[in-house]
Formats: sequence, structure tokens, C-alpha cells
Amino acid sequence: MAVTTGKSFAGRFGVHIAVLIFVAIWTVPTLGILVSSLRDKDQIIASGWWNSFASSSQTEAGRLPPASAQVEKDGKFVLEGNIFGDGAARDISAFGVKSAAPTQYPAGTTADLGDGVTLQLNADGGFVMQSPKAFEGERGQRVYYASSAPPKFTTDNYKTVLFSEGIGRSFMNSLTVTIPATVIPILIAAFAAYALAWMRFPGRALLIAVIIGLLVVPLQMSLIPLLKLYNGVGSFFGVSSKTYLGIWLAHTGFGLPFAIYLLRSYIAGLPREIMESARIDGASDFEIFVKIVLPLSFPVLASFAIFQFLWVWNDLLVAMVFLGTEGDQIVLTAKLNALLGSRGGDWEILTTSAFVTIIVPLIVFFSLQRYFVRGLLAGSVKGG
Amino acid sequence: MAAQIFSAIFVIIVGVGGCVAYFWGANKLVDIIFPSRGVKGAAAIDNLRRQGMIRPWLFVGPAMIILTIYLIYPVIETLRLSFLDRGGVNFVGLANYQWAFGDREFRNSILNNIIWLAVVPAACTFLGLIIAVLTDKIWWGTIAKSLIFLPLAISFVGASVIWKFIYEYRGEGQTQIGLLNAIIQYFGGQPQVWISLPFWNNFFLMIILIWIQTGFAMVILSSALRGIPEETLEAAVIDGANPFQIFWKIMVPQIWGTIAVVWTTITILVLKVFDIVLTMTNGQWNSQVLANLMFDWMFRGGGDFGRGATIAIIIMIAVIPIMVWNIRQANKETGGH
Repeated sequence: MAVTTGKSFAGRFGVHIAVLIFVAIWTVPTLGILVSSLRDKDQIIASGWWNSFASSSQTEAGRLPPASAQVEKDGKFVLEGNIFGDGAARDISAFGVKSAAPTQYPAGTTADLGDGVTLQLNADGGFVMQSPKAFEGERGQRVYYASSAPPKFTTDNYKTVLFSEGIGRSFMNSLTVTIPATVIPILIAAFAAYALAWMRFPGRALLIAVIIGLLVVPLQMSLIPLLKLYNGVGSFFGVSSKTYLGIWLAHTGFGLPFAIYLLRSYIAGLPREIMESARIDGASDFEIFVKIVLPLSFPVLASFAIFQFLWVWNDLLVAMVFLGTEGDQIVLTAKLNALLGSRGGDWEILTTSAFVTIIVPLIVFFSLQRYFVRGLLAGSVKGG
Repeated sequence: MAAQIFSAIFVIIVGVGGCVAYFWGANKLVDIIFPSRGVKGAAAIDNLRRQGMIRPWLFVGPAMIILTIYLIYPVIETLRLSFLDRGGVNFVGLANYQWAFGDREFRNSILNNIIWLAVVPAACTFLGLIIAVLTDKIWWGTIAKSLIFLPLAISFVGASVIWKFIYEYRGEGQTQIGLLNAIIQYFGGQPQVWISLPFWNNFFLMIILIWIQTGFAMVILSSALRGIPEETLEAAVIDGANPFQIFWKIMVPQIWGTIAVVWTTITILVLKVFDIVLTMTNGQWNSQVLANLMFDWMFRGGGDFGRGATIAIIIMIAVIPIMVWNIRQANKETGGH
């Protein structure tokens, strides 16, 4: 493909810049919650996370007193005082009067606001505003100022969400759902895939067609009948209809078409000679499967396991229908969704919880990307 | 909690052990009932034939049972329920469908779904293709692809939190902590409450799915581009084609089949999109989509199974053409095997 590279320097430079922009758009959002989750919770709401390393990170707004507080001095109208009132003074580094330029003037200097109006704001918060004409209006001048609080990073947010917000518990619940729901389908699918690839029996072509059809059946089609079925089974045995066993089986069922499809196309591609020579040596189908097909299929089994793991871990819909929403059953995705409702503006809780929910998939993804991509390429007919 | 972990481990052992025991035991049973070794002549051949008839069904049996319970039976049952009332007892004919097309929220969902279908697959495929072509030309392309691919591992809920933080709104004049409003304010614009702007909020939700799925399109298309013969591209360069001509007239037509696969895969995903809408707006401010509406009706006021099933059927109808196309393609490919 190198032949298509733009020959000119500008062309090549443009490609680098374009890719850089794409990479930035695709990584900055995630970086935002990672950085925020490590920030002090007061600083999160005081400044954007992209300013978190700068010590001028806290840009705040305040109002000077209204016109009624003015005094006339030497023919000028003056407003004087401290912007922090009686509160503790902070170190102001710069100030401004426009939201677009909140740090236009360094602290201690006198800003010319036009029409002869001047404003001086000192580092300790003391201000003097002067005007040749009387000030008017009930609302005072808006002032923006940057106070130089040093950047503060902490792991407190993680302690809070893991131990008092219930995220730690949900993490365990997610693991409890995900691991069996990943392991159980593999063997069931592998046997079926072998039969569909290498054994001759009537109805095989039809079965393959059915499985390919089921690949794209929306999950929504299954929810109501299964909910009814689970409720029925639950009340028949006098147990809850929302159990871990129920969701393991549900995820197994929903994952099987893709598992069989993916494994079948791989197993069908194994060399015929190996199968035939084993058969001539007197091996049965069962022995061929266990001793030859399973070991050779390791890469595709790994691909499927990664897919199923990510899909189950990231699932919200199935968990909300088939599992409870209480502490001992609620999974991470459902917990995060609940927090969005109950802790809507508490970004230190939300960003930290979100990062806890995505860290496991990211680790799995980065360490096993090769298998993941292979599965993606082999099974891209699947509806996701 | 310890009990829970223990039970999970126990289930893995029982589940896997059960599977192994079933396959091994059933296989053994066939050998015992129809012995092929130690029996002579015609009987042995007979038994071998019987074994050959039974064994495939033992192998596919468990999978078929689970598929029947979890997918095939529900499809039929959902179709049946869509003609019944909210409790799933009395036959109401087409009343649920009539309700659906008269319902303002349903029509809004259909409209939104159509916009999603028009925008998201196209955007993902187009961006994925562009990124695949560009990253192929630079030395750090693999790293770039990895990073763009990364959101694919993130759950829709997690991605929703990530983007909600970007769209976060603070009153005008305050320090914006949402990146988008901060940028807008930096350039002197008005900060907006992006997710509650009717109509446009759909696009802000779509961006989340595009952000997740572009990596998928990129990886598939990138591998297809690698499959284009080098000579074809060289010939085009020698003939004086510029990069844009090569892209549109050589590369795109060569990988047309793959583009169709990527497009349809994302189309199906879009039809099922649920998590993003639930967590961002829960359908408020005219951003409802079918899958979320269906979930809503499953539980609203104790649950209306008739209406929920009807909405599921409508999603299914949209999927059927893709399903038929997939089966035809697969039949063509596996016809010889």
C-alpha cells in the first residue's frame, strides 16, 4: 500500500496530523474520566480536567457589591472591599471581567474597563473599582479570577466508590455472572460445531442455516417469553425468578449462535487429511474431537471466550431483566446506570465508577487483542 | 460474598464437568448399545451405521435444546404475544399494532431509529475506512489503530458516562467542566444542554455509538484493504491516478463486499441500541428509540407484554432482510462443504 502514499512532504505531514486528530478524538474522552477519577472532588467541579495539572486550575467567578455600596472620593465613585468577604483569603493570580478571558489581568494590576472605569484586584482578594460617573444597577460587576490552588490528586474517590458506594460488591457480582457465562457455552458450542463441520447427517444444512439466522435475531425477541418462563419456573418451585443460574443460562443461549458459527467455520477449515488419517487409524469421532480438534482450535476458542467475556461483562439489558437490582445481585453496568440517576452531578463518583467498570475489559482487550481481532475478522457477520 | 464466589466456582466446575460427563457418557453409551468392536460381519457394519446416525445428534443435542428454549421458542411466543392483551391472556387481534402506529411516542421512536440507521452505519463505515487507509501509511499506524479500536471494549453504559461528562453543562459564565461546552465558551459561543435539545440530541447520542463502533469498521476494512493485490495499486499509480482516484475507483470497489458486511453488522446493532438511550436520556426530549421503548413497556405499570412484544416484532421485521441475505451468502460459501 506504500505506493499510494502522497509523495509530497505536505501530503505526508497531513496524514500524520489527520491520524493524530482521530486518535485524540478517540482517546481524550476516556482520558477525561481517568484523570477526573484521580482528582480531588472539589477541584473536579472547580475546573475542567484538562486544567488539572496547572496550578491556576481554579477559575472562579464572583460579584462585586452593588452600586449602593459606592462612596464618592476625590470626585470619583469608588467601590472597595474584599472579594472573599470575611472568608479565608486565597491567592489570586489573575483576574478578568469577561468569561472568555477570565485571567486577562495579573493580580495587583489596574484594569481599564473603558469609559474611565478601572478595577484593581490584589492577590489577597482586596479590590478597588473606580469610575468618574456613579455606578448604577442592583447587580455588581462580575469578576472572574484564578486562584492558584496547587493540583491535588488522590485515590480517595476509589476508596469511596469501592467500599461505600457498593461498586466493589457489584464488581464481584459482575465476575460471578461473567466467568460461568463465558466458560459454559464453549464446550457445548465446540461439540455442535464439530458435528456441523465434519459429521454427515440429515438436516445438517438446515441446522447451519437456522444458526446463521439466529445470529441476527434481536435479543428483544427473547426477553418477554423468557421473563414469563422464568417467573413461571420460579413460582412453580417457590424460588425467586432472578437467579445467577438463570442469567448464566440466558447468556449461554444468547451466545451460542455466534459461538457455533465462529467455531464451525474454523473447525471446517482444519485440514481434511488429519481427520481422515485419524479415522483410518480407527479413531472415533469422539476421540478425533477431543484429541485433535480441540487442541487445534485453541485460537478460535480464545477468540470466542474474549468476545463472550466482553459481551457479558458489558451487558446491561440481560442483567436488568434477569437479575435483581439489590446489592447481592446488581452488576457493574446496572449499578453505574443507577448511580447516574441517584448521583447525577457527583462527577467524582461517576467518573471513578465508570473507570472501575471499564478497566477489566480494557485489560482483557489489550492483553488479548490479537485473538480479539481474529475473532472479529472471522465472525463479522454477527450482529454484535 | 464469599458464598457467592464459592457458588460461582462450584457452578463452573459442575457446568463444565456436567458437559464433559454428558458428552463422554453419551458417547460411551452408544458404543455399549451398538458395539462395533468385538462384533462380526454384518452386525458390526449395522451397528457402525446406527452409531453414525445417532452420534451427530448427541453432539448437537445440548446446543439445540438451549437454542430452542432461549431463541426459537421465544421468537414464536413473542409473535403470539403481540396479538394478545397486556397480561398475555386474551386475543386482541391487531389492536397492539394499531395502538403502536397511533402512539406519538412510538412514531417518534420509529423516526429516531430511521435517523440512527441513516447516520450511524454510514458514519462508522466511512470513518473506519478513512482511518484504515490513513493509518496504513504511517509508521505508528498500529498504535493509532489500537487506540481508536479501544472504545469497542467499553460498555455502552461506561461510554455514556464518558460522553455525559463531555456534554456536561454549567450555567453561562461559570467554569465549564464539560469539554464540549468549554470549547464552545472558549470561542465565545453559548454553552448548551446538549442532551435535551430536541432533535439534535439524537445526534449527540449517536456520536457515542459511532465512537464505539468506528474501531470495528476500521479493523475489518483495514484487513480487507490489505487483501487488495499490490499490482492493482501499482498499475493505477503508473497510470497517473491521484490518491483520491485510487481510493474511490480502486480501493472502494475492491472491498465492496466487506463494506456491505460492516454496514449490515452495525445496522443490526443500531436497531438494538438500548443502553445509550436509557442511560443518557431514557427517551426524554424526543430521543426515544424502539429498543428502549420496548424495555419500558415490559415493566411500565406492571408490564404490558402485548405492546412490548409488538415493538420487538417491529424490530425483528427490520432485521429479516439482513437475515435472509446472510443465510444466502453463507449457503453460497458453504454449499460445497
